[in-house]
Amino acid sequence: MNRGAKGWRLAARLACAVAVAAMFLFPIYWLAAISIKTPEEIFAYPPVWIPSGFRLDGYATLFRDGDAWAVWNSLVTAGVSTVLAMVIGFIAAYSIVRFRTGGDHLAIWIISQRMIPPICVAFPIFLLFVSLRIVDTYTGLIMLYTAFNLPYVIWMMRGFIQEIPLELEQSALVDGLSRWAVLWKVVLPMSRAGFFATAVFTFIFAWNDFLFALILTRSDVITYPVQVTGYFGSQSTFWSKIGAMSMLGVLPMIFVVGTMQRFIVRGFSMGAVKG
Amino acid sequence: MSQSTSIGRALDDERAFKYLLIAPAVFVILLIGLYPFIKLILTSFQNITMFDDDRSFNGFIHYARLFGDDRLWESLLHTAAFTAAALPIEILLGYLLALLFLDPMPLKRLFVAVILLPTVISPIVAGSTWRLMFDHRFGPINQIIAFLAGEEVKLLWTVDPFLVWPAILVAEVWQWTPFMFLILLAALSNVDREQLESAQIDGASWLMTFRKIVLPAITPVLFVAVLIRALDLVRLFDVIWTMTGGGPGTRTETISIYAYQMAFREFEISYSSAIAFLVIFALTALVIFALRRVEIAR
Repeated sequence: MNRGAKGWRLAARLACAVAVAAMFLFPIYWLAAISIKTPEEIFAYPPVWIPSGFRLDGYATLFRDGDAWAVWNSLVTAGVSTVLAMVIGFIAAYSIVRFRTGGDHLAIWIISQRMIPPICVAFPIFLLFVSLRIVDTYTGLIMLYTAFNLPYVIWMMRGFIQEIPLELEQSALVDGLSRWAVLWKVVLPMSRAGFFATAVFTFIFAWNDFLFALILTRSDVITYPVQVTGYFGSQSTFWSKIGAMSMLGVLPMIFVVGTMQRFIVRGFSMGAVKG
Repeated sequence: MSQSTSIGRALDDERAFKYLLIAPAVFVILLIGLYPFIKLILTSFQNITMFDDDRSFNGFIHYARLFGDDRLWESLLHTAAFTAAALPIEILLGYLLALLFLDPMPLKRLFVAVILLPTVISPIVAGSTWRLMFDHRFGPINQIIAFLAGEEVKLLWTVDPFLVWPAILVAEVWQWTPFMFLILLAALSNVDREQLESAQIDGASWLMTFRKIVLPAITPVLFVAVLIRALDLVRLFDVIWTMTGGGPGTRTETISIYAYQMAFREFEISYSSAIAFLVIFALTALVIFALRRVEIAR
């Protein structure tokens, strides 16, 4: 192939890439545009493609009415449950890898927990939460997300810990470190890339959950996806709220993709390779 | 002090240590995983509804009812048909995208970042966004179609029985094609370049190269990706919840939506438990069958 043909090929690929990226981006652009449009622009016919200005009225309304608390609730439940699931899952995965605790059966049983569709166990969990009096509390939702993400964390961390050479741990033990210290000073640093990728996904899962939040919250700890669906009614005037609230849920994800793309790509492909 | 030393001693004892490490995880999974499952099976044999709280053993009445429940089988059919429609499209589009981005390209990282954005946003947001996109009057989709067709269109995407499924399919494909794309991109990157080039020199056809070199390299990864996505599609709930709510009528009711309606709207607790057990049983059988097939193939 000569140089000219190669150049044309690259140009064609770039053109395709721009078109594809635009198609994937457009719905999110449309959502963002609605969140900053005036009501007149939202309900203009034919639709307004580019907002005339950058109005944050929709967002201001959410903060004034207190609806924005839902985003804070999402942040607390997703954040705390991620930390818990990572710590509990990490030490459990280590136990499974290094000591073969429970043999293969325990590992397979744990991952099979993830196969069950949430709706199938939603009602018994709801009853359990009623009897524990933790419906509509941070404790309840955090506990649920922790439990729900644990199988994923254990499965992923199992793969990452398996890659760590045993000699490193042994020499640390010989140096006089306790087993507990080895876990945090040798194993964790050695698997930190995988640990971080898994944590990012764990956070995303909890951040994006709808069904459990719908069932297990009422008003106090309602999360942003539940809040968004609350605006869909007979009244179409809530469009700007839908746009603004959704964007508050999307913006952290844009940040995550922007700063941690490497980990997300790694996490996705790892999940499939080791799954 | 004495407490910390006893913990310290336990940590030195390997046997105690390994169980201490796994205990919290097992406790949490037993509480939120196993307990609800057992409760579910028990409930399915009782008779608990909105009006009744009969906890005695009622035999298989709820399981018998499953067979005559047209709405249930319809929702299962919707789920299966939608999975069968969405998965091949996502694989094909994901594969084409992976080919497009396989070789180095300027700004590749940025393009990939933009494309994978839909995958990390909440399905509720995805559903809401597409509902706004598909709005017959204020949404851009009808405008684009009108522009292409050259005449005004008023397609009721979220109401018309013949348009609701295509609309949901668009949202689903938009959100999850990037997942297939990333996985196939990683798999294709691992295909041996020299082998491909020598096949080309030997004059092997495109189809031949694909079947003999590319396909074997991506099949194992693709299999797991399909399994993950298929299990996701069985629990399809959020996107439909925001776009159509299962309607019009029960037109877009999936098994998850139907199970939700039965449990939380009609309070048919025992019957919904039987439905849940049926789904878990069928999924387990399906997954075991799929894994066996792979083992045989290997």
